[in-house]
Amino acid sequence: MRGYLGSRLAQVLPTLFLVSIIVFGLQQLMPGDPALTIAGESAGDPQLVAQIRNELMLNRPIPVQYLHWLGDLLHGNLGYSWRLQEPVAALVAQKLPVTAQLAVMAFFFAVIIGVPMGILSAVKRNTAWDWLANGIGLFGLSIPTFWLGIVMILVVSVWLGWLPPSGYVPLAQNWVRSLATTVMPAFVLGNAIAAILMRHTRSAMLVALGQDYVRTARAKGLPERVVVLRHALRNALIPVVTLGGLQLGTLLSGAVLTEQVFSVPGFGKLVVDAVFNRDYPVIQGVVLVTALLYVVLNLLTDLLYLLINPRMRQG
Amino acid sequence: MSSVALVPSPPVAESPARVALRRFLTHRSAMLGLLLCLLFVVMAVAAPLISPVSPTATDWSAIRQPPSWAHWMGTDEIGRDELARVIFGARASLLAGVVSVLIAAVIGVPAGLAAGFARGKADAALSRIVDAMLAIPFLVLAIALAAFLGPNLRNAMIAIGITTAPIFMRVARGATMDVMTHDYIEAARAVGNRPWRVAVRHVMPNIFPPILVQGTLSIATSIIAEASLSFLGLGEQPPTPAWGSMLNAAQQFLTQAPWLAIFPGAAIFLTVLGFNLVGDGLRDALDPR
Repeated sequence: MRGYLGSRLAQVLPTLFLVSIIVFGLQQLMPGDPALTIAGESAGDPQLVAQIRNELMLNRPIPVQYLHWLGDLLHGNLGYSWRLQEPVAALVAQKLPVTAQLAVMAFFFAVIIGVPMGILSAVKRNTAWDWLANGIGLFGLSIPTFWLGIVMILVVSVWLGWLPPSGYVPLAQNWVRSLATTVMPAFVLGNAIAAILMRHTRSAMLVALGQDYVRTARAKGLPERVVVLRHALRNALIPVVTLGGLQLGTLLSGAVLTEQVFSVPGFGKLVVDAVFNRDYPVIQGVVLVTALLYVVLNLLTDLLYLLINPRMRQG
Repeated sequence: MSSVALVPSPPVAESPARVALRRFLTHRSAMLGLLLCLLFVVMAVAAPLISPVSPTATDWSAIRQPPSWAHWMGTDEIGRDELARVIFGARASLLAGVVSVLIAAVIGVPAGLAAGFARGKADAALSRIVDAMLAIPFLVLAIALAAFLGPNLRNAMIAIGITTAPIFMRVARGATMDVMTHDYIEAARAVGNRPWRVAVRHVMPNIFPPILVQGTLSIATSIIAEASLSFLGLGEQPPTPAWGSMLNAAQQFLTQAPWLAIFPGAAIFLTVLGFNLVGDGLRDALDPR
């Protein structure tokens, strides 16, 4: 187990190093002179442009610029927002809890919808239930998150008036209003993951239901409910847990659009606002933190897999 | 005159490609998907012929009109016909879907083939690059790339293509490693074929099925990605219609003109559903396990 952990950690470091090169490389794609872009309306002032170029080391070779940027990064400095005039790290720290709340709720929706649907679909294979569950899964995979959000605002908020259409109230301030403002975006966000979880639970359950230990459990005369839930599901859930952890990327991608549609001031909204305002350091910072979160969560998922799978623990 | 022996010929075995084609053509949901895809492709190609009016023609006397016989899908905030815009909007979405996947395949397939074929250090290096790219969520990277490259459809397609490439690399690498274990590769090497010839003539055709499946499913995700980017103002620029940007504009008039939010979204959904159904059908046909 220690050897496995060591090799996983050894994989993470080069990945993070390459991520840093990709993120730094983004600013090289910018058309024209970055100093002129930053100067904006004052681009006509050559002194100011020269000062910006000097401060950002834009007149130095690219590898030197990268090393300087990496050095800052290792000291926790993600750069400075051109528009908000605040450190990017502070902005990220401020927005991350909002997205985390949304993500946890979205994951809750994904699990309570996706896993039972996958079980039902596998147990009732080739019946109307299976078709229905597969249809709902395909619907979830094909519907654009932002359109589902708009339709839900239209139906639930505008026509029925049940929930507020947008905004956000922190959990600590008023938990009831906080849930009211986040339940719809969380459902929308969880929808795509529910579809993925449903498909994987179904195939994992189909494999598990065909195993000898399930046949033995049935032969012992155990009720079907016990066979399915205690014997098949427990084993089928192992790969599903791993997959669940890997869905953070889908969750964060979805959060960008969902937060925009529902005006939730989280991580996704931060990057969209940065795109609108051409606030490139914020875009870079968000991409970097997202990748870091993804890598760390992946590692934690692997550890969880080790904990719940005794065969791997012994190996 | 020679006599012909009337011996019944042994039954000719159907080729795997024919078997897969027959399976695909009898797959009901795949056929439904194919029909949906064809519908939107015809719509995009024949847009000038089937559209009732120009998608950019404004009519100030018909602002935000609900669906009617004159305007089947209503009109938008400056009196443009929504049906015409939905029809022409198919062009940006389908173009982005296909071109992005081609870009991704052109980058990812040779890289994956090389990694799976050469193994060793080249494989390790390429795999680390793929890991790093996949560590950044798909849409976040696409948004960042499109934002830095500049907002237009061409850059959006490049951004989506680059972001999708690692998936193709993974699929091609896995398929190559599987194909390399077969006897015919050993035989091709044994008769003295050069490595590049083995890779191109013997490995490449045999990794095509999983790449075809991935390609179809990636068109679906690329269409959603393009719609997402144009929703954020990073795709096709106004006044050229794109389903994503139409939805963005519709958000402002949700209470007064809800139809503006329904039709472009339904078009994205049906197109993506079509490609997903075809992709699932192809996977079932090519890999019936």
